[in-house]
Amino acid sequence: MSAITLRELTKVYPNGVRALDALDLEIADGEFFALLGPSGCGKTTLLRTIAGLELASGGSVRIGDRAVTNLPPGQRDVAMVFQDYALFPHMTVRDNIAYPLRIKKVGRAARQDKAASTADELGLSALLDRRPGQLSGGQQQRVALARAMACHPQVFLLDEPLSNLDARLRLEARTFLKRLQRELGVTTVFVTHDQAEALALADRIAVMEGGRIRQVGTPTEVFRRPANTFVAGFIGSTPMNLVPARAHGDELAVAGVRLPVPEEARGRLADAEDVVYGVRPEYLDYSPEPAPGALTGRVVVVENLGSFSLVSLDLPGDDDTTSVQVVVPEGREPQPGDTGWVVPRPGRSLIYRDGELVTGAAAPPVPAPRTGVGADA
Amino acid sequence: MSAVADRARTDDAARAAARHMLARIGRYVFLCLVLAFFALPLLWLATAPFDDTPTIGISLPRFTLDNFRTLLDNPYALTSLVNSVWLAGGTALLVVVFAALAAYALSRVRVPGRDALLYGLLLLSSIVTGTATMVPLFELAFRLNLIDSRLGVILVLTGGLLPAAIFILKDFMDATPTSYEESARVFGASPLQIMRHIVVPVVRPGLATVGVWAVANVWGNFLVPFLLLRGPDKAPAAVIMYTLYTEGGQADLRLLSTFSLLYSLPVALMFVFVSSRYGFRFHGGIKR
Repeated sequence: MSAITLRELTKVYPNGVRALDALDLEIADGEFFALLGPSGCGKTTLLRTIAGLELASGGSVRIGDRAVTNLPPGQRDVAMVFQDYALFPHMTVRDNIAYPLRIKKVGRAARQDKAASTADELGLSALLDRRPGQLSGGQQQRVALARAMACHPQVFLLDEPLSNLDARLRLEARTFLKRLQRELGVTTVFVTHDQAEALALADRIAVMEGGRIRQVGTPTEVFRRPANTFVAGFIGSTPMNLVPARAHGDELAVAGVRLPVPEEARGRLADAEDVVYGVRPEYLDYSPEPAPGALTGRVVVVENLGSFSLVSLDLPGDDDTTSVQVVVPEGREPQPGDTGWVVPRPGRSLIYRDGELVTGAAAPPVPAPRTGVGADA
Repeated sequence: MSAVADRARTDDAARAAARHMLARIGRYVFLCLVLAFFALPLLWLATAPFDDTPTIGISLPRFTLDNFRTLLDNPYALTSLVNSVWLAGGTALLVVVFAALAAYALSRVRVPGRDALLYGLLLLSSIVTGTATMVPLFELAFRLNLIDSRLGVILVLTGGLLPAAIFILKDFMDATPTSYEESARVFGASPLQIMRHIVVPVVRPGLATVGVWAVANVWGNFLVPFLLLRGPDKAPAAVIMYTLYTEGGQADLRLLSTFSLLYSLPVALMFVFVSSRYGFRFHGGIKR
């Protein structure tokens, strides 16, 4: 178990693509850490650079107290679970799990024992003599995890761990994975493009775009207080409402309505400055009647999402495409064509200037890493 | 009234059944003719060697093993089969080893113009061992002192078969996810270990296919050994067959049929062995 420290890490591919751009990151010992971003943002390159499958063009990688920047993957003491699990199709489950030990020249009997006991921990005992082709997706994932665990690495690296599973199995595997990581307490980094997966699994998340990290924080931080409009639009099952606004003293003109400037941004906006007003659909309350401090507009779409509905309203303004979305609990859905009012909850709205959050607080403090089992607290 | 209608109906049904029957018979007769067309030569191969006076036609043999005895008296018959085994085995080994290495490299390393190179080689290879390059090939072998040497034949045949073999194997290599190898690398496996533990076992059906294909190709090749080997003591079966054919000015059907049977057996046995041992199949990984 070890911390991972990346300094100025840069990866430029031979074709000139800059996949990682002078990236700094610290991943604490025992942490469950997510690399989140859209495809092509460099998250997989970052994971592969930590693994050693890609060599950094510049900067350094440290695992624990060892500099591993130029070490081959086999000497970094990491284990990686691939998106397709990469189980060797010609070997049984037993041989697959024992393979890392075979490379380490562990005797046949010892490694078979280890494979059996690891398989037992993950509920795979009955499958030891099967071939990967005879397993379900979930079982294959467990075998891949068992194979990674068998060599007791300092760090687990998981590439899109849930993306090859179907929707129902994915929830099950998510819970299983989180529990396993908690029990093992091994520093784990995983890559995902699914923000819900990152929010649900990770202790901390790094949101990436274009080879850079746009925000690092706990799931709560990145969800409640996205540091920029990119993160605001990326995190959350429904993206944050971002509405153009203009500052007037302590008030904001948003779609023809005057709203108070959120406290943290007060005194930081010039008069008549153009900014962006952001608030999540979950933090808006819908009202069929006029309410004080409410945005108003015409209901255009109602999407039923089970226990709640997502309602889209067109706001009046010069630009008639401005709309907001609001989450409405079941039984209170308006009809398309109705006029509705939405009230932002206090303390939940944010102001962005040039895409960055306007706030008095310094960057959110890095939370103390969770101490896992076996980590010295 | 209803009795008449019933009879009409049964007549109709009977006629339909008869038509159906005829159609079936016609189909089977056709299939039998097609089958006979392909089976007769094989049948001849099965009966003629055991007939004391074989003809071009097929007849119930007057059983005898004399033909085999006569064939054994021919000084070159058995050695030629051994020669064939050497040539085919040697060529297949070289083709499988070099094609595997080349296909692996071409599949994994980005080489500019790779596909054009492969197609170009494939196109040229049909010429290399073909009739068109007979003279330059002979000239080349002569300069390299490879006339009348088995190695020369093996090298020329290997060169001719390699491009197609690389082409076939590259498909197998491409179908093998790189994540298998990367996974092994992360566990610390060396390139040689990765090749031995992962790549070769995974593409084994492809290697078996290419090996069998190479053996069958060399086994049937007449031109190259005929061209490059001087004496009958090194000649493979395909060349010796030609000498049997012309002895005394006309085909010696007794020797020819017997030798043909012995000539075809090893390749047939190899197919059975390889397909049961390695199987031309693929252990599927996960669904993609």
